[in-house]
Amino acid sequence: MSAEVRELSYSQAIQEALAIAMERDERVFLMGEDIGVYGGAFQVTGDLVHRFGEDRVMDTPISELAGAGVAVGAALLGRRPVYEFQFSDFSTLAMEQIVNQAAKIRFMLGGKTSVPLVMRFPSGSGTGAAAQHSQSLEAWFAHVPGLKVVQPSSPHDVKGMLLAAIEDPDPVMFFEHKLLYKMKGPVPEGYYTEPLHEARVRRAGTDVTVVASSIMVHKAIEAAEQVASEGISVEVIDLRSLRPMDYSSVIDSVTKTTRLICVYEGTRQLGIGTEVAAAIAESSAFDRLDAPIVRLGGADCPLPYNPDLERAAVPQVPDIVRAIQKTVRGVR
Amino acid sequence: MKVESSLLIPAIYSRLGTPTLTGALRKMHLIRQFEEGAEQAYIRGLVHGTMHLSIGQEASAVGVGVMLQQGDYITSTHRGHGHCIAKGADPKYMFAEFFGKDTGYCRGRGGSMHIADVATGNLGANGIVGGGLPIAVGAALALKQTKQPSVVVCFFGDGANNEGAFHESLNMAALWKLPVVFVCENNKYGMSMSTERSTSVKYIAQRAMAYDIPGVTVDGNGFKDVAEAAETAIARARSGLGPTLIESLTYRHRGHSKSDRNRYRTKEEIEQWIANDPIGRFENELQELGLITAQDIAALVTSVRAEVEEAVEFARLSPAPAIADLTQFVYSNPQSEVSHVG
Repeated sequence: MSAEVRELSYSQAIQEALAIAMERDERVFLMGEDIGVYGGAFQVTGDLVHRFGEDRVMDTPISELAGAGVAVGAALLGRRPVYEFQFSDFSTLAMEQIVNQAAKIRFMLGGKTSVPLVMRFPSGSGTGAAAQHSQSLEAWFAHVPGLKVVQPSSPHDVKGMLLAAIEDPDPVMFFEHKLLYKMKGPVPEGYYTEPLHEARVRRAGTDVTVVASSIMVHKAIEAAEQVASEGISVEVIDLRSLRPMDYSSVIDSVTKTTRLICVYEGTRQLGIGTEVAAAIAESSAFDRLDAPIVRLGGADCPLPYNPDLERAAVPQVPDIVRAIQKTVRGVR
Repeated sequence: MKVESSLLIPAIYSRLGTPTLTGALRKMHLIRQFEEGAEQAYIRGLVHGTMHLSIGQEASAVGVGVMLQQGDYITSTHRGHGHCIAKGADPKYMFAEFFGKDTGYCRGRGGSMHIADVATGNLGANGIVGGGLPIAVGAALALKQTKQPSVVVCFFGDGANNEGAFHESLNMAALWKLPVVFVCENNKYGMSMSTERSTSVKYIAQRAMAYDIPGVTVDGNGFKDVAEAAETAIARARSGLGPTLIESLTYRHRGHSKSDRNRYRTKEEIEQWIANDPIGRFENELQELGLITAQDIAALVTSVRAEVEEAVEFARLSPAPAIADLTQFVYSNPQSEVSHVG
């Protein structure tokens, strides 16, 4: 029996997951700024308030710290809150509750309870929103034991992973790239989940492994298709989850291709790709490397407003193409 | 011989009844002796970390705690031993947690600042000033969503009233008329900084006005005053009318923590407050009202001493957590443990 598959946008897939979760489990409710009648800054919650009412699609005051903490407290009593940060950047106002409370309560209390909440982070650049509305902060959260951090790349994954995140007993930080919201793709009807700890090979190849997540998966695939005509075979791995990280999928791939490029939008230094590179350097795949590992990450500056500057601040397809060519051909 | 008294028994004491009042006095002694025991244990080298003692603040914890029912919740602070005991924690498991033992409330992972027992409604002490406020509001939201007739009492100190979390939390709780009672234990100092130097209002309870909720300031060393305020606020919360801010004026006899050299307050001030000790005051009051005798008190103190000694021994002899279990409670599912690189 196969569920019917139709095309949905990434944001429609999120909305569908939220609706299914609320239908299946009366404990699930949504909180966030302007997620009710406004429908969310990116129209992700849309009309859900009309379907589920204001008690389950709760507009919160502009109080990110208490908003996040209210989610923590409700989760402690067994509710299943899904808190939307209007922009991922605003989570900086809530770091206390996320890092000191949500992430640590289960451990600090000796495993006697858990904090089953989801926080959604519309993130990333490309919208001309400048330095305080464009960041990719996922690596910050991935540095905190106790949090799970995921970055789905497709409408299919975003629905299945969000349903899994809402069911998960621990706090899940759910990163959504704003430029993906309008992207369409096949999404099965009804309920299904995708694991929160497994990477996926999106494109098989033999010459070089490109590890990416979220929007960078699409850029990596585009780059891979461009260099295919030059006879370069690129394997693209979609990490999907940053914590826990599926190291073994990356190690297996690099063992085969002998080359690694990590592409990520967050700041290059101490970023997701830094961790992937280090994991390979420590692994059995290190001896198989035929080229230095390359990290393509965000520039060492806040995200600028000017569109040309903004594009230059994060890895683009031509950057990935060049990195692939250099890595495979040994041109430095 | 029955103690005769011509004084009128306060209505709240009649409502509580003598066994409850005696129980409350016992809990105040238990808190006091628990903390004195903790100090002794620290000196003996049995406690590995720091601690924040609430000696002198017992009426505040117990005056509120006595009004709570099964199904009610509390959130607490770094100075939270009294709240835990007032909510019914067993000193055995508290000492075990102090000593970092596997039998402790948090299996030795939390220590003094994180004692919690969710099963009995204690959502946890908190190492972050103001950290418990939004959590209490969230717990109250959960109670409202599930239509339970319970309340959450959120204890915090004067220091927390200048945190953004305080203001955001009071606003949300007032806005949504949540069943939460905010109890600010104003012991005059956030570490070394006095409320006069840190806070723009004379009374922290004045800040309730900004959120259109009742705010009351009570003599936090007077059991009756605290209990009366708590009774009113809890009833209000339970009936769906929303939060109250209670400011309980009290004092910690000891320093902020083990590093405190008392450079910011005078010996005279400390002595003045020791003379205003909440336990002595409550005992005198109960005796004057003829509700308890000196012999009853002596027996109660002896039984508390035995309980504390037994608790210390339980903790001392308890096993330590296994090093191999270091990362055991980070996630609920083993598959979430970050795998080691091959």
